[in-house]
Formats: sequence, C-alpha cells, structure tokens
Amino acid sequence: MSLIPKVTTVTSKAMPVPMKDVDTDLIIPAQFLTSISKDGYGANLFRRLRDNDPNFPMNRKEFDGASILVTDSNFGCGSSREHAVWALTGAGIKVVIAKSFSDIFYNNSAKNALLLVVLEDKVVDEILQSAKNADYEVTVDLESQTVTLPDGSSHKFEYDQFRKHCMLNGLDDIEYIRSHASEIQEFRNRQERQRYMSTCGA
Amino acid sequence: MSAAATKKAPDKSAKKAGCDADGAKQSQSSKSATAKNIVQKIWDAHVVTQIEGHPNVFAIDLMLLHEVTSAQAFQLIESRGIQVFDPTRLLATIDHSTPTRQNRWEIYDEAARTQVETLRNNCKRHNIPFLDFDSGKQGIVHVVGPELGVTQPGMTIVCGDSHTSTHGAFGALAFGVGTSEVAHVMATGCLLQKQPQSMKVEFKGRFRKGVYAKDAILKLIAEIGVGGANGHVIEYVGEAVRAMSMEERMTVCNMSIECGARAGLIAPDETTFSYLKGRAHAPTADQWDEAVAYWKSFASDENAQYDKVVVIDLDKLDPIVTWGTNPAQSVSLGERIPKLETMAANEKAVAVRALEYTKLKEQQVLEGTPVEWAFVGSCTNGRIEDLRIVANILKGRKVNPGVTMYVVPGSEAVMKRCQEEGLDEVFRAAGADFRMPGCSMCLAMNDDQVPPGKRCISSSNRNFVGRQGPDSITHLASPATVAASAIAGCIASPAEYV
Ligand code: SF4
Repeated sequence: MSLIPKVTTVTSKAMPVPMKDVDTDLIIPAQFLTSISKDGYGANLFRRLRDNDPNFPMNRKEFDGASILVTDSNFGCGSSREHAVWALTGAGIKVVIAKSFSDIFYNNSAKNALLLVVLEDKVVDEILQSAKNADYEVTVDLESQTVTLPDGSSHKFEYDQFRKHCMLNGLDDIEYIRSHASEIQEFRNRQERQRYMSTCGA
Repeated sequence: MSAAATKKAPDKSAKKAGCDADGAKQSQSSKSATAKNIVQKIWDAHVVTQIEGHPNVFAIDLMLLHEVTSAQAFQLIESRGIQVFDPTRLLATIDHSTPTRQNRWEIYDEAARTQVETLRNNCKRHNIPFLDFDSGKQGIVHVVGPELGVTQPGMTIVCGDSHTSTHGAFGALAFGVGTSEVAHVMATGCLLQKQPQSMKVEFKGRFRKGVYAKDAILKLIAEIGVGGANGHVIEYVGEAVRAMSMEERMTVCNMSIECGARAGLIAPDETTFSYLKGRAHAPTADQWDEAVAYWKSFASDENAQYDKVVVIDLDKLDPIVTWGTNPAQSVSLGERIPKLETMAANEKAVAVRALEYTKLKEQQVLEGTPVEWAFVGSCTNGRIEDLRIVANILKGRKVNPGVTMYVVPGSEAVMKRCQEEGLDEVFRAAGADFRMPGCSMCLAMNDDQVPPGKRCISSSNRNFVGRQGPDSITHLASPATVAASAIAGCIASPAEYV
C-alpha cells in the first residue's frame, strides 16, 4: 500500500539558495502557520527572502518549475515545524541538495517524500556556483543514490537503506510500527510498574 | 577569549561498521566499557524492538500537544481509522496563537480561532486531557509540563515543538518532532528512532553578579555554533549546573536546540526531587521513595563515555546579547561585534546579511544601542524566578518612555504566583504591560508583534529574521538584561541593578 508519494528519479534545473543555516522560520514564517491542513504553504515558501530581494531565485521566471533546491550547510535548523517541508513540497520542490541538514528537518522530510541529499562541500559549492543562470540541469536518482551534473560527472550520496526502501515504495512509519503491536503491548505491560506519573486525565 | 575547549572523542559514525569497530576499541582500552551515560540509559530503557538495519521502535512516555502542530496529525490518524493509542500519555494546551489580552476567549484572527477550536474538539473526541483557558493551568507547553509534575526523570517526552528539550532539565530525554511523528506517537505510543550521539557540556565555575543561566547557554551556542551539536544529545554537567535551580536548568536545556542538539538534559538530583515533590502528577507519598530510587538509577555512570566533550568556564562570563539573526551571533556586553575579516568565508556571508538586517556594524559596541521594545516571557524565561528577577530590577523604577515593555507569564500558575507576590503591581507601576500567559512575542503568531524596523530586547530564544514580526529586530538576552535595558532605553548591563 502506497501511503505517501513514491520517490524515484528527479531531473530538473537546480535553484540555488547559497545560504548557511537557513532556519525553518525563513522557509515559512510563523505568521503563515495558522492553517489546519497541509495545503497552501507553498505560496509563502521563503516569503521574507522573496519580499526583500527581487533577485531571489523564486522571483526569477527562469527558475519556474525547478524541483531541485541547492543550498549550503545546516539547512532547516530552528523550529520543528513540518510546515517547512509542506511549503517546499507545496512549491514543487522534490529534492534538496546541501552540505548538511538539521536533524528534525531531516526526519520530517523523509515522511513527506522530500528527498534530502548530502554531497561533499566542494560539489555543493560547484552546483551553487553553476546553477546561478537557471540553465543547470541536475538528475537525482535515489535507487542508485547518485546525482548527475550537466558535465556528465556523477556523485554518490549516502542514504539510510531502511528509509530508502520506504521512500521508493511510498511506505510510512505508522504501518511499520503497528506491525510490532504485540511487542509494544508487552513493553508497556513490563513498564507499567515504573510509571510514576499519574495519568494526565486524572 | 577562549572559554571553551572542544575535544573530539572517537567519532562514532552512524554507520553500523563504525560503531562496532569503536566499541571494540573502547572495551580493550578501559574497564568501563559497560559504563553508560544518562542518554544511553534512557535510550536502552525505551527500545521496544531492535532489528538489524532498521531504526528502533522506540517508546514515548508522554507527548505534549499544542494547537499549531497537531491538527494535521489528528487528520492523519482519523483518515486511517486509527484510535489514539493511550490518551493518558498525552496532554494538550493552547499557547502559540492565543491572544494575551484579558479576554482570551475572543480570538479575532479567524485562522487562529479555528486552530484553537480544532484542538479543543480533537481532544474531546479522543479523550485527551486539555488545559483550556478556564482550567487555571493553561500556559506554554514547556512551562506547564514541569509545573504539573508530568515531566519526570528517565522519561521520554516529545512534542511538535523544538523547545521540548526544556524537559531535559529533569533528566528526561525530551525532543521536538514534526507533525507526522506526532501522528505516529498518537497512533502507536512509539517512534522510529536511531540512537543519537552524546555530548558532554561542562559548565565550570560560578556566575558573577548579573550573569545568569541564559548567558551560559548563549555562550555555549556562540562557542560551538548553531549546528555545533547536530545529531547529539547534550548532557550538562559541572559545579555550576549542580548549583542551578530547576528553573535555571530549564533555561539551559530549553536552548539546546539552538546549537542543533536533538535534546539536552541534566541528571536528576535533590534539586530535581524537591521540585517535583507534591506536584499534581508527581508520585504519591507511598510511591515516592521507590520513584526516587528509580530516577537516581538514570544518572551517568562514573566513567561513562561521550562522543564529544565541551567545557565552558563561567568565572569570567559577562552578560551576553545577540547582535545578528541567529542565536550564535552574540557578544558579551562590553565586547565589540566581531570584525568581518576574522570570520571564515561562509560565516562572513551570514554575518554581513545579519548586520544589514539588524542595522549594526562590525566592531560596534552593543551597549547603548537604543531599543523601542522589551519582552520578558517565553518557555526560555517566562517562569516565576525570571519574573522575580525582573520585578526586583523594576521595583521603584520606570520603564523608559521610549520603550514598550511586555511581561508575559509562561503559564496561569506563574501569573497567579506573580499576583500573590505582588509582582504584577511592580510591573504596572514601572509602566510595563503584564499580560495573560502564552508564547506571545516569542514568535508573534498572535497580535503581539514588534512593528517593522523596531528593535526589541527579548528574553526569548530566537532572533531569526522576522521572528518577532515582519522586519522586527531582536536581541536575545537574560531577563535581567532585558529589564535593565527597558529602564535605560538602550541595551544595558544589569550589573548595576542587582
Ligand atoms: S515560547 Fe516561543 S519557543 Fe517556546 S513554545 Fe512558545 S513559541 Fe515556541
């Protein structure tokens, strides 16, 4: 059963955001978090950057339709808001390439079919540089765990095998965890005698 | 000034092979191969299944909910017809988008109103305890958990909020998760997790006058950077940590996420136990001794290993204030904003943009920079001790006429305590606005916003671009520094007031 979109191969021009430590407030400001659904966040992706910088790639027609974002290190730090991922996917982004990602953002992405790819610093710098003109087409393939650049060079990236299996098949964690229902019940039975927190409802 | 020393212990890579090789090395070189730190102990006590090549099914003891990151999780489980696994392990409140006006039932913003009503209804439908405006217990998630005694040592706690690390002050493994994971915990009481790495941060020495826990954690973040603890859970140790009250410990653990840590925690001790005793959901008298013995068992063993170690010396620490747009961009009062040319290339690019936004210059001294707003509150510094410090400074003084000051208690319990102690009168007499509890100006999701272009000195935890309102400028500092600056009308040291 496929519960979330499957991830396979993505080919697209790369959109560069050459910034370190992009926080999730910058990806989607708090003022736009008031919806109770997962939809509609794409319209405000990077709202502050778009409003303040006419040259921000999302303001440039040439980048229309780009589904691969390239950025520097520690992307997605700060608030745990999954809305940041929904804003990216809502705006059509399928892959983010960076030097590193923050932990919570990394987890959130895997659960929404957003593929995060970590490449060596010098390769990321090269893509950031080359992608400025909006004619730099990159192919990311999860199956073979490679990123292929316009010069034909191909770069391997690491990816957790369990996560890869889930992404390729559109599986989500709930069903996996539920398949361990009896172990969970046993665990809770064992643990009950060390429960010193009176039930919250009481 | 180099107060920190980073030692890189053997780097246990996330890869299986790396871990094994490392483990073998350690057991040869030391007898204490079985010594565990607190992170490993809590971890081991919550692993439900461990299958080679898969993440662990990991049990979560308590999940806190608020209105901004839960609605989509309820939708997810309901769309699959899944029941909430154990509603007694959940606790919900409203804080992020709620008004801090006297009449909070009337929420003008339609989207915020819908969010609050949605959570209220979801909790009712699923039998989840909900701390509403008339409960007398409402407040910021990370303030109410500890207050009620639901936050306890050795527990695993999550919330759809990155400052869940606050609860680590009690020796709990507490971390923020996204909304999908909120749904996973609702559905199963578990998460899929990989074991995090551990980092020991030692705070050495004692605070000087006018220097607080907030300054210590800002110092750590400045030393290791906003990604310095990525992938790690921090255990805070040292003489200074032992001497801290629970409230100070919460301030430290709260901001662990600002250096990228998955969580931050402090081993429980007598300070922890006496804070918990008698709280609404703490163990009863007949269970007490047994509970304390159990809690004590989580403290790190003597020769426990960590993947990383950092030491911060507090003896010479001065009050710290941020100058940029991330919490690592800070200086001590009296120190100058660093020279751009001393920074690494990508650091420099970030700093240039930050200075442009905060309208400051390299080499500038922050002290004396005029501020128009002052905010005391948030899950970092909105507890009773924080408000007492602020009241002590404001007593018999006036907030500068050029400054609008908000004092927002972290919870209704904190608010009531303020009223009992007459602190609310002190705030009012000084000309500060004492408001109803909530997140307020920490993230400006409600009406509490710093206007565009205005500068705010704030006891909160994030100075990101636009965090306190579009185009607002934030300087993070301790509550004492905020109070001193509110009086002076410009960034000022609290030293002469305390
Ligand atoms: S006070 Fe600020 S940081 Fe804390 S939970 Fe509320 S919004 Fe988040």
